[in-house]
Amino acid sequence: MNLTTLVFILLSVMAIGSAIMMISSKSPVHSVLWLIVVFFAISGHYILLNAQFLAIVNIIVYAGAIMVLFLFVVMLMNLNAETEPVKNYRLQLVGVITGGALLLVLVSAVMKIDVEQLVEMKVGDQGLIKVLGMNLFKNYVVPFEISSVLFLSAMIGAVVIGKKDETANH
Amino acid sequence: MQALTSKAKQVSRKPMSFTERMYLPAIFKGMMITFSHIFKKKPTINYPEKQRPFSPVFRGMQILNRDEEGRENCTACGLCAVACPAEAITMEAAERQPGEENLYREEKYAAKYEINMLRCIFCGLCEEACPKDAIYLSETFAPADYQRKQFVYAKNELLIPHPKENPEAYKKALGNRSNKSTVN
Amino acid sequence: MLLAIDLGLVIEKLILIVVVISASLVIAMYTTFAERKVAAILQDRRGPNRAGPFGLLQPLADGLKLFFKEEIIPNFSNKFLFILGPALAMLTAMMTSAIIPWGNKLELFGREISLQITDVNVGVLYVFGVVSLGVYGIMIGSWASNNKFSLMGGLRAASQIISYELAMGISMIALLMVTGTLSLKEMVVQQQAGYWNIVKQPLGFLIFLICAFAECNRTPFDLPEAENELIGGYHTEYSSMKLGFFLFAEYINMFVSSVIMATLFFGGYDIPFFNEATLSPNIAAILGIVALMAKVVFFIFLFMWVRWTIPRFRYDQLMHLGWRILIPLALFNMLATGASILYFQ
Repeated sequence: MNLTTLVFILLSVMAIGSAIMMISSKSPVHSVLWLIVVFFAISGHYILLNAQFLAIVNIIVYAGAIMVLFLFVVMLMNLNAETEPVKNYRLQLVGVITGGALLLVLVSAVMKIDVEQLVEMKVGDQGLIKVLGMNLFKNYVVPFEISSVLFLSAMIGAVVIGKKDETANH
Repeated sequence: MQALTSKAKQVSRKPMSFTERMYLPAIFKGMMITFSHIFKKKPTINYPEKQRPFSPVFRGMQILNRDEEGRENCTACGLCAVACPAEAITMEAAERQPGEENLYREEKYAAKYEINMLRCIFCGLCEEACPKDAIYLSETFAPADYQRKQFVYAKNELLIPHPKENPEAYKKALGNRSNKSTVN
Repeated sequence: MLLAIDLGLVIEKLILIVVVISASLVIAMYTTFAERKVAAILQDRRGPNRAGPFGLLQPLADGLKLFFKEEIIPNFSNKFLFILGPALAMLTAMMTSAIIPWGNKLELFGREISLQITDVNVGVLYVFGVVSLGVYGIMIGSWASNNKFSLMGGLRAASQIISYELAMGISMIALLMVTGTLSLKEMVVQQQAGYWNIVKQPLGFLIFLICAFAECNRTPFDLPEAENELIGGYHTEYSSMKLGFFLFAEYINMFVSSVIMATLFFGGYDIPFFNEATLSPNIAAILGIVALMAKVVFFIFLFMWVRWTIPRFRYDQLMHLGWRILIPLALFNMLATGASILYFQ
């Protein structure tokens, strides 16, 4: 067992543990905070895979921006453990079934993985910013542009929804 | 309508020009103004080291005077208490016993003399009312304290130091008044 | 193969970390003193001058006072998060200093010691990551206080920092297009050889400067702690050294953002109009540190100077400036930079 494996195990335990805490904690604010810990653990995994760019972008975008907004909304609406409604039995059952189905899909996908093609730690340069940029703008330029158009339309949609109705004032 | 004064000014409501809307020139101008204040003379005085001189008419805390031989001037006539608009002065008179001539100048003296510094307005009427030059307002002021009763000054706190036993403190307490008292 | 690490390197980095962190703490301490002194001088006052000669021991007195103050934790607060808040604020404030090139190489004991704790290849992005995390300390602390003024301050901080991060990021992209590297060290080396980046990116620098003010919660953008509206904003409920940590984190942030601005736009440890190669490397490195610190002192003074000149924004003005002026301006700057790069190629 070398240092990399040790760090990997530590990060995995951290990620899975805080993910479980995130689901099981009653207070939404605690859930959000645990989710931030999960993102940090995953960023740690990215660094182990020598994908520093992905790691830092994961922190900037998810931990730094999206989770701040989540926390913002949760705090603004003052959601507490007490205000959490008790969900109805049938709804819970549906949740268990959907979650179980997702788990099944994930497990079957993991089972099919060829063990020969294990990810190698600390080597490979696919995650480095230069290689990633070349890949994105040469090999995957069309999907990249399509996703950017998608984001743009989402942004315009948000602006349209957020814009005040000018005619309503008259 | 006729304006009452010529000072009224029409407010300019014209829209701001582009440079004005950028705000940056205005911000720069403001920053230059604050920067120029670095070189301005500071009006603050470093208090305990450097003290501003009192004006000659300054009226501070009262002090009970003695004559050159160290005898108390006060005869407890009560004129100061009558003159006091804030009713801050109370006193009790007593007769001088034989053998006390070196303590009190006249046959009657104040056994108890109290000034409530919280009531006192430092108007100086007591000083003007006194026929014996026994009370005057010095150039010190009552220091801060934690209790109200500490502000009722008894006679021993008000008396000027003895001119024979402690001539330096006497001179200091007399202050500029030594010149003035000769006028009266 | 568990510990196949160069021991000398570990010791070297450890010493560097200790030096950098203690230096930034001391500088932040004296920034609080400078803040009071500069404020006084700009307002024709004298400022603190009692503790020690010229009041130089004032920061120590302030620190001691904070340590000895009574510690109050509100009854209905979340104790763990209440303590986590200021700790996170302090941590994120200190973390940025890890990638700043404080100077060139020193040659000591036959080793070449790089005056940069680590040169990660995502340099600038790391700065962004840490800056975007900086708001958590404030948000968590403000929420855990269980006080509506604190909460308002925390929400203001969150929305303000997120809004200005965007413009800051876009202005940074334009800078990255010019330099073509993410490493702060390489940027400094480029600026040593050529012009400072301020010449190439004046508009970008202006946007970055304004956003830095907003990210540090400094006047005119100090709405999260606006004394006269929110009592103390997010640190209303804090006392003793926890309050001290929040206040201190602000000054460290100020110091670090000054260093970042000096490094990105003003040549870092480069001495202007002077070729460092003519000196011996050690002297050049030390002079470089002095040059960097001189630039930093200027920026810290600028922070204070602006604080005592421009009054606080109203909240809608803040959002208007961030979203409708700075972001379009930054986008325009990015486009113009890209176009001119293509034109000059």
